[in-house]
Amino acid sequence: MTEETMTLEVTRYRPGHDREPRTESFTVPYRKDWVVLDALNHIKDRIDGTLSYRWSCRMGVCGSCGMMVNGVPKLTCAAFLRDYRPGPIRVGPLANFPVIRDLVIALDDFMEKLRRVKPWIIRAVEKPVADGEYLQTPAQLDAYKQFSMCINCMLCYAACPVYGLEPAFVGPAAIALAYRYNLDSRDEGYRLREPVLSEAVGVWECTFVGECSVVCPKGVDPAAAIQRSKLAGATDWLLSMIMPWGGRR
Amino acid sequence: MPGDDGYQHDLLVIGGGGAGLRAAIAAAEESNRLSIAVLSKVYPMRSHTVSAEGGTAAVMRENDSLDTHAKDTIFGSDFLADQDVVEVFVKEAPGEVIRLEHWGCPWSRDPDGRVSVRPFGGMTVNRTLYAADKTGFHMLHALFQTSLKYERITRYDEWFATSLLLEDGKVCGVTALNLHDGQMRPIVAKAVIMCTGGAGRIFPFTTNAAIKTGDGMALAYRAGVALKDMEFVQYHPTGLPGTGILITEAARGEGGHLKNKDGYRYLQDYGLGPPTDTPVHRKMELGPRDILSRCHIQEHQKGRTFDGPDGHYVHLDLRHLGEKLIDKNLPFVRELARNYVGIDPVHEPIPVRPVVHYMMGGISTDITGKTSLDGLYAAGEAACVSINGANRLGSNSLTELLVFGARAGRAAARHALERPTLRSNPLAQLASDERRRLDQRFLRADGREKIADIREEMQKAMESGCGIYRDRATMEGTCQTLRKLRERFAHISLADKDAIFNTELIAALELECTLDVAETVARSALAREESRGSHTRTDFPKRDDARFLKHSLAYRTPDGPRIEYLPATITRWPPEERKY
Repeated sequence: MTEETMTLEVTRYRPGHDREPRTESFTVPYRKDWVVLDALNHIKDRIDGTLSYRWSCRMGVCGSCGMMVNGVPKLTCAAFLRDYRPGPIRVGPLANFPVIRDLVIALDDFMEKLRRVKPWIIRAVEKPVADGEYLQTPAQLDAYKQFSMCINCMLCYAACPVYGLEPAFVGPAAIALAYRYNLDSRDEGYRLREPVLSEAVGVWECTFVGECSVVCPKGVDPAAAIQRSKLAGATDWLLSMIMPWGGRR
Repeated sequence: MPGDDGYQHDLLVIGGGGAGLRAAIAAAEESNRLSIAVLSKVYPMRSHTVSAEGGTAAVMRENDSLDTHAKDTIFGSDFLADQDVVEVFVKEAPGEVIRLEHWGCPWSRDPDGRVSVRPFGGMTVNRTLYAADKTGFHMLHALFQTSLKYERITRYDEWFATSLLLEDGKVCGVTALNLHDGQMRPIVAKAVIMCTGGAGRIFPFTTNAAIKTGDGMALAYRAGVALKDMEFVQYHPTGLPGTGILITEAARGEGGHLKNKDGYRYLQDYGLGPPTDTPVHRKMELGPRDILSRCHIQEHQKGRTFDGPDGHYVHLDLRHLGEKLIDKNLPFVRELARNYVGIDPVHEPIPVRPVVHYMMGGISTDITGKTSLDGLYAAGEAACVSINGANRLGSNSLTELLVFGARAGRAAARHALERPTLRSNPLAQLASDERRRLDQRFLRADGREKIADIREEMQKAMESGCGIYRDRATMEGTCQTLRKLRERFAHISLADKDAIFNTELIAALELECTLDVAETVARSALAREESRGSHTRTDFPKRDDARFLKHSLAYRTPDGPRIEYLPATITRWPPEERKY
């Protein structure tokens, strides 16, 4: 019996060698428990050591191995070959990002945006550690918990049509994180994050396509964060008209 | 990232996981005059801390005490932990977890708003804080996001440190390869802290991420620092067959049962009983990891485990916990079991088997995180400050990286403040020498050996000789294989000669590190002629305090590691038989 195989059509781009991205086909053994990442590792170890991509935990939590699989942003450690039979499977770098090489994209833009939304607890007065924890009820935890589950895998940016057209857009993951801290009962930094979110390329840019939430592997629902931030922003604006000293918080 | 004349800092942290970020923040808070850098081969939020699931231990409640936490830890370590270090550890743990709470970590909560605590293996009371079953993920992201506040913390993301720079016997930085442009640069620093994690990837079947290749351990070892207690490798009793993906001990803390192929809770046959419906601390499924992993193998030898395509396994049964509790406290377990073995734990038991999880050993440090090399510090899994001894208790490692990450950060900061400014000129020469070494070794070489072949043979040798049960003959075979693999590594051939994002070159550098680390594990294990904690010798089945109540220290020589010993520190808990 001949071994069952599958074909991967992998986007290659080697700066200095390729003027533009090209596609290379690789045939790998088919195993029903293999994910796309296993197939890439097989290629790298046994067929072509020059193939470059990122990976680490291979359990869907480090966020390294996001790629386009048949045109859809996926964590390749959670995309099973069996779901793409008989193939071929097209594997490419995440859309909307500059490509460094092969399947490796540049994250610099996101890393800069992450810092801009101030994703840390901001308080007027910090409680000394000796005084113990801030109390937070399970309900208060639940209010932001979903938005704290982001693994920064960048699938939402690859799916976002707005980010594709307007790279200055703060984007789904960073907005969801800002929103996560705004909702945290321990935080008082809403006012400081608000300018980033309300600028032209903040939440208002989003046309609510909702693709970000569809592709999110962790159920974070950044689209909801963006929409609710818009609502909060609008309420704020309204309140600032009626109560110029600031109605919220 | 700094400009061309940059690359000079007071303090450089290698590794951006929990320990590294905690160290960097501690240093930033120690003095606002310090320039601090974090260099990591991956973006910090990719670090393996992210995969920790179950929780982090600290004394938080009135029914608990520092002495109980210390005693549990020392008992769990099979008395090889340094007791003075454990006392500091348990004392500083509560402050560290509260500090992390203040930094936004979403700890799970009790109805009154206090942080919740759950039972964990080998612990006498509930003292493990948790964020559902993604504790490491939340801790890492809270630390990373908090670190962004500090403008004085510079990051070198996706840089690989290739060697420690030394001048007059003092550490003065590293040479590092920037993956993005392939350039080798000297990064000068008055103090360096190694927070590069463990080396589970020396084994074929591990919970550890691909990046866990012991790079920092190897760099320190090559610079003459001892690797301590390397023979102690922790097998976690519950990994998924095939992938080795971790199913957290919290699944048992919440009340999960381990059953053999007859549906029988077999741990009662190994002195861990009696079985009860609700979990009892330190009994049955809440026994320590080393003992539970051995029970699995013995159960297999009795023919009472399941056989599958990925080897023998038993069942971890959570069904009686109910969907609501599983979704609240173990949602990631459900997600992993569904995705990777097609099992919904609400309705079916999860197949599990022991899997390499953690290195108790590491870069030998003192209680402040300082190594024997002036200017070099270490913390986290990369280090061995000796709280874990021969077996670590679950949920102590996340606490360890906080307590000793912070300690190393402060100690290194003080060292950097006292040390005069370094001149980087002669170091630039060292970096170009290092570049030439790599070029000659990897990029121009015309060898025949493949990375994957050597890696697989190393992993196979480690599993056969340094697994759960060990004996002289197989370990000697492992040592010989590792020596031969070193020779073969000299003839390695790379297909990739590019400068930009050359992951094959990184894989070769990582393989070189794992070969160094694997050899220290095998040689230390061969030399320890007793059974203690995770180190079980079939030819020396008893603990031997007269000969081996000592830490092993592996020093590098051209012929392989030289093993020396250092007595363990005993303060208030004299060694006794370890029985649960």
